[in-house]
Amino acid sequence: MNLVRPIAAPGRPAAATLGLVDCDIHPRVRDLGEFRPFLTEAAWHRLATYGIHARHGFAKGYPFPKAAPLACRRDAWPPGGGPPASDLPFLQAQLLDAYGMDVGVLNPLQPSGQGDVNDGLSVALASAVNEWQVEHWLRHEPRLRGSIVVPYEDGAASAEEIRRRAGDPRFCQVLLMSRTSEPLGRQRYWPIWQAAAEAGLPVGIHAFGYSGHAMTNGGWPSFYVEEVQEHATSAQAQVSSMVVEGIFERFPGLKVIMIECGFGWMPSLAWRLDATWKRLKDEVPHLKRAPSEVMREHVFVSTQPIEEPERPEHLLDAMEWIGWDRILFASDYPHWDFDDPRLAIPAFIPEEKRAAIYGGNARRLFGF
Amino acid sequence: MARHVVAPVAEIPPGARKVIEAAGKRIVVFNLDGAFFALLDRCPHQGGPLSGGILCGLTQSEEPGTYRFSRAGEFIRCPWHQWEFDIRTGKSWFDPRRTKVRPFPARVEAGAALVEGPYTAETFPVRVEDSYVVVEA
Repeated sequence: MNLVRPIAAPGRPAAATLGLVDCDIHPRVRDLGEFRPFLTEAAWHRLATYGIHARHGFAKGYPFPKAAPLACRRDAWPPGGGPPASDLPFLQAQLLDAYGMDVGVLNPLQPSGQGDVNDGLSVALASAVNEWQVEHWLRHEPRLRGSIVVPYEDGAASAEEIRRRAGDPRFCQVLLMSRTSEPLGRQRYWPIWQAAAEAGLPVGIHAFGYSGHAMTNGGWPSFYVEEVQEHATSAQAQVSSMVVEGIFERFPGLKVIMIECGFGWMPSLAWRLDATWKRLKDEVPHLKRAPSEVMREHVFVSTQPIEEPERPEHLLDAMEWIGWDRILFASDYPHWDFDDPRLAIPAFIPEEKRAAIYGGNARRLFGF
Repeated sequence: MARHVVAPVAEIPPGARKVIEAAGKRIVVFNLDGAFFALLDRCPHQGGPLSGGILCGLTQSEEPGTYRFSRAGEFIRCPWHQWEFDIRTGKSWFDPRRTKVRPFPARVEAGAALVEGPYTAETFPVRVEDSYVVVEA
């Protein structure tokens, strides 16, 4: 028989059985005007008139165009208009409901005020983004949690912002970017670590950001393909700095999460640091324990993008080294390299370990 | 496989596409310069809806710095992870042997042949003087 029927459902059944916690969702403003209620008139005037001042040489757009408009899934643009992840009902339907997620962590990226060269605007905008998370998202959807966005190049102002939000259980972590003006172990950032440790909040360090430096150690690359690989190297620089500068000796309760940085580099970095530390301990006498030990106590990683080696056992080895209790599921919704939770964690990973990655580890870390 | 009359030919002009549901499957039908092709609307990589992707062509390079673009509009690019599939075959350009999307036979048939039955479209009238896109699924 002949059939012509409209499409009733998206064809992807809900999967409510995974106990999912998504540690990387990127909400976005429809337009800058959404921030206006949370800014002083002066700050709004500055933002509306002069805009964002990124710490790099391209004032508009991305230095490396990202394969799809706004780096997003093409099916994530809300039918009612606005950019992807700017519309709560559509995000609920396409992400939280579609996959049966229990909790989703918001990580607002640009425009967020983070790393803005204009220090005053950076402080004002970061704070406005936090208010915006509460008013536009957290107040309406209890499955979502916010990240405290801080003007991280200003340690004291960042600490103030963390303390302002610290008692609010709707915020579950502090958010930094992986590309900062100086390595994150440097003293100028210590107020951030101190405030986060005092508040008992983990610190998520998400790939990207504008440091003002070239994106790779060798200078500016030619292709987006290269930029994406750079997250592994900036993550290594940041973890080395935090470990070697003694951040985790100074703030023993502190936990950090390397988000969207991959994790295949973790064992190799630790081996190299350990080898050098054994020989040169007297250069860093404050570092009392082997770097590998510090990393395995304080550093968590997220899954997206997960490494895809030819031989599955290589991935298992890396995960085993990091620790099955330190790996958190992340979808990166609504970006084009989004991971479908039912397919992204390979089936060759034993089931109880997959369950820990899907949600158990995040529940323990964040106290959900 | 049943034959499904999915649209009058004029409804899917060259370069356009239509998503249909047939035999319980979501299928996307393409018109490439008058020839019709149908693919399962599900990317074999992670399940993205191919119908939401953009059409693209083939960019090839003999050496770094030179590019050749051909077959414009003959590939569909997954809206999620940018996997590219040849609309004519369903095979991915990157990994044609292992990563392919299921194709379904599609062709144009004259209304005169269809109205004779038993092939009658359910939701629009099939007229003798028109032509229709038929998918086997």
